[in-house]
Amino acid sequence: MEKVLLKNMENPNSADINEYKKIGGYKNIPKAFEFQPKEIIEEVKLSGLRGRGGAGFPVAMKWTFASAYPNFPKYLLCNADEGEPGTFKDRPILEKNPHLLIEGMVISGYAIGAEYGYIYLRGEYPHAKDVLNKAIAQAYDNGLLGDNIFNKGVRFHLTVHQGAGAYICGEETALIESLEGDKGQPRIKPPFPVNVGAFSKPTVVNNVETLSNVPYIIEVGSEAYSKIGSQECPGPKLYCVSGHVEKPGVYELPMGTVLRDIIYMHCGGIKGGKRLKAVIPGGATTPILPAEKIDCPMDFVNMPKHGSMLGSGAIIVMDESVCLVKVCYRILKFLEHESCGKCTPCREGTGWLRSILGRIENGEGAEGDIDLLLSVSGNMAGKTFCPLGDGAASVTQNFIKHFRNEFEEHIKRAKCVMRNE
Amino acid sequence: MFNETVLKEIKQISGKYPTTRAALLPALYVAQREFGHLGADAYEAVSDVLGVPKAIARGVGTFYAMYKHKPMGRHIVQLCTNVSCMILGAEKLSDFLKNKYGLEPGGITPDGRFSLVIMECIGACGTAPAMLVNDDFYENLTEKYIEEILEKYK
Repeated sequence: MEKVLLKNMENPNSADINEYKKIGGYKNIPKAFEFQPKEIIEEVKLSGLRGRGGAGFPVAMKWTFASAYPNFPKYLLCNADEGEPGTFKDRPILEKNPHLLIEGMVISGYAIGAEYGYIYLRGEYPHAKDVLNKAIAQAYDNGLLGDNIFNKGVRFHLTVHQGAGAYICGEETALIESLEGDKGQPRIKPPFPVNVGAFSKPTVVNNVETLSNVPYIIEVGSEAYSKIGSQECPGPKLYCVSGHVEKPGVYELPMGTVLRDIIYMHCGGIKGGKRLKAVIPGGATTPILPAEKIDCPMDFVNMPKHGSMLGSGAIIVMDESVCLVKVCYRILKFLEHESCGKCTPCREGTGWLRSILGRIENGEGAEGDIDLLLSVSGNMAGKTFCPLGDGAASVTQNFIKHFRNEFEEHIKRAKCVMRNE
Repeated sequence: MFNETVLKEIKQISGKYPTTRAALLPALYVAQREFGHLGADAYEAVSDVLGVPKAIARGVGTFYAMYKHKPMGRHIVQLCTNVSCMILGAEKLSDFLKNKYGLEPGGITPDGRFSLVIMECIGACGTAPAMLVNDDFYENLTEKYIEEILEKYK
């Protein structure tokens, strides 16, 4: 497959505007400007592009809502806050292909009628911040950002807004709060950001990878684009693979590539020839899959049918040496730390789950602790403000569902059964 | 109080947003750079320049992990211990930093050279275990490699 998102990566100067132009970069902006904004949205709709941040929401639907809502100015926010543990797929675009993202944002802004864009970049990516700022300056110098792009009267201004270390800001309403200079606590919906978003104006929030798909859709057209990957959610997809594989990294493959093939064909199988134990397929908060359940096409439609989610496409591979009680504990420790504290089930629940999981891992688990975990998580699921709390409940429930025996052994033998002592 | 140059810098930043308040996060970064960490004087300076109440500025500042509220070492070692790094040995590296350099999570070396911060995923999972020292990424860490890296930071 031709590389769309990771093209030119082998070029050490790929982040420079001239290198980007050499491979045909920025030619899709004038092409897009030949069409009415509505026609661009229609093209993206026909392409079948879905949001790559994790939820898989149809992109054109968000755009249509924001574009139709009669309030100005409108904002386009790029969610570059990839903080889901295991996720590092947007980093290569941000650090090595920033102009692809900028081109995507100019076209998307034009389609929505947004004159201002912000890239909400996680604080942990200082290098990406420098690269993006330099790329944005180059784009301004070349008339690709500003008040009159390509002399077509199109206005689009772009600014990098640096986050400061809060996972919750990946949630779009928390991201907006944070952009506005507040604590990153999610807002109640409705109103949805497409109507009342940043600075109370219609706002579209799209992931880095999502926006980076847009120039290619304009280039080849929706029909050709929709032939890539799965029929239900087409396009190229970045899968980032970490953990116990021979060749971890970011892979651009057709959407819907089977998880087993990603691990064994593309990543060279399990490190050191060990036995696979489990895979977390879409970032730390997506449901874990045991080794025998990895014959699933990695897309938004098929993963739920196989008991998990595509999430951010962050595949964490774990071999037989890994203690899953400990991994579950570590994820809950993370979620407790990152819970914004706004709603009670999440704020209290994540702490209780972490505490109970911690004592089980330390050999101090009591009989009934597994049921207690299920009871606490059952009282969180569907009752929290945003998906963070749901994720905490789902992680706990799915680890127990597939590996209950390992939890029971920890309690029965009053120690971590995976630790070599 | 900030000096004139810094005031100008913050003004320039806030010009990129439709509200002054939106410049709070970037202004806190500037204050952290200027004061070393966010103490009462830093919050006062930010509050003055943006016209945001001190209580609000502090409330926002303390929400985010990357704003520091106590003096830090000259170099900040930010070690990731989240899942991908953990299963590839990050905890042993944390022990190593403690045993070899006396660096505890959240702590500082007596000579003020290093602080250690345990991070929640720094997006280097494919090259785990990983850390940032100040703004520089270091990946595929081993104990020996950490020794070499830290040599560079005086």
